[in-house]
Amino acid sequence: MQTTYSSSRILQPVRPFFIALSLIIALFLNFLPTASITWIPDWVALTLVFWSIREPRRVGMGSGFLLGLAMDVADASLLGQHALAYVVVAYLAALLSRRILWFPLSQQALHVLPLMLVGQAVQVIVRLAPGVDFPGGGYFVGPFLATVLWPPLTYVLLLPQYQPIEHDANRPI
Amino acid sequence: MDQQPPPFFKRGPAPLARLSFYAALSTALLFVDARFQTLELLRSTLSLITYPLHVAAHAPIELLSNGGQYLTGITRFQEENSKLKRDQLESASALLRLRQLESENTHLRKLLDMRERQHVDGIVARIVYAARDPFSRRIVVDKGQQHRIEAGQPVIDEAGVVGQVTRIFPFVSEIALITDKEQSVPVQIVRNGLRSVVFGLGSGQLELRFMPANADVQNGDVLVTSGLDGIFPVGLPVARITHIERDTSYSFARIFCEPTAGVENYNEVMVLAKRQPEAIPEEALTSKVKTVAKPGQKKKRLKRD
Repeated sequence: MQTTYSSSRILQPVRPFFIALSLIIALFLNFLPTASITWIPDWVALTLVFWSIREPRRVGMGSGFLLGLAMDVADASLLGQHALAYVVVAYLAALLSRRILWFPLSQQALHVLPLMLVGQAVQVIVRLAPGVDFPGGGYFVGPFLATVLWPPLTYVLLLPQYQPIEHDANRPI
Repeated sequence: MDQQPPPFFKRGPAPLARLSFYAALSTALLFVDARFQTLELLRSTLSLITYPLHVAAHAPIELLSNGGQYLTGITRFQEENSKLKRDQLESASALLRLRQLESENTHLRKLLDMRERQHVDGIVARIVYAARDPFSRRIVVDKGQQHRIEAGQPVIDEAGVVGQVTRIFPFVSEIALITDKEQSVPVQIVRNGLRSVVFGLGSGQLELRFMPANADVQNGDVLVTSGLDGIFPVGLPVARITHIERDTSYSFARIFCEPTAGVENYNEVMVLAKRQPEAIPEEALTSKVKTVAKPGQKKKRLKRD
């Protein structure tokens, strides 16, 4: 695995423990009492998208569903609202996983933006159906922030997989 | 011969099949949760699993606020202390009078052969956090099933009604604020005893609905609970009218109110015990509806004293 396919650095295989840890940390960040700030990005969705792209065989719709249920309970929202959004987002991310690594990080982030927007839109549609008010434009700022956060997040989450550069390995003669 | 593909190619069901499965499952959950409210067990189990994470997430915030309090210094505490002492003195006279009035009231009630007003107990609970759901107004407090909280109990703070317990979990419970869109409280205007129902707007405001355009309602009128729902005790302040729109093209006036309690603030609240259902007096059961209305009116007049 590489950071992007154009990069020459080969990454170490990911540890399943680290995936679980990062998802739990994302849940923790979502549980922080930030109810009054609507534009905070959805950390769980972002981390889920990341692992669905990098490791589509380990993280996917199943983990998305479970994380979504945990979020629904924590948020006091309708049970299944986050679950549905995360499942859809994980599916779309898995579809993108073959393609997205051909792009540099900034363009990868642009691929992530529609995913995050779809995630929020699914939740709005789910809630508007039984007749709840539109939560305001601030609700859709989160996905844009998440897009900006994609490159640093990629760096942080791939950090344990980087190998030290061995100058001897690719020296000609 | 066994023609199995090597395990490397085994990837389970196709992604689209998995998507349909999970999407169908979530939609089913959504539907069941929205229509039947039968998933409370699943909800409380999940909340129990994520409880340590919740505690961990709120620990730093608590630490910060506690640390902040520690550092604010002695002068602020002294000020607060003197203010509290003053408040206590001020309320002491009212309290003394209240006791006398209460005894007088019970005495009069006995004379009139009426049921005594219920005394309500409560549990003080601390608000842990406001639920992150931007579509609703809910808070979570630190008392739950373990503290014998039940769904439906009214919640107040020192200034008035805050909301109602909607869901209970083992250690915490969820309170729908009166400003939530799905919450309504039967109220009564203190000035003239006009009864109505106040609805949450979801924006931190309340609306008094279904009042005719010529109803006797003024800016600044205080609304108290009428107790007709059998849930909220009688006479708790709920809201104050802030703005009235009277448009002759509609038959109802649009009346906006502001909650008197610090509904959207982080504070301590009190969860009141459930009201015991009042038995219908025997004579009322036998006689006609007309006679039932009379003691009700008398009761109201007495309470306002």
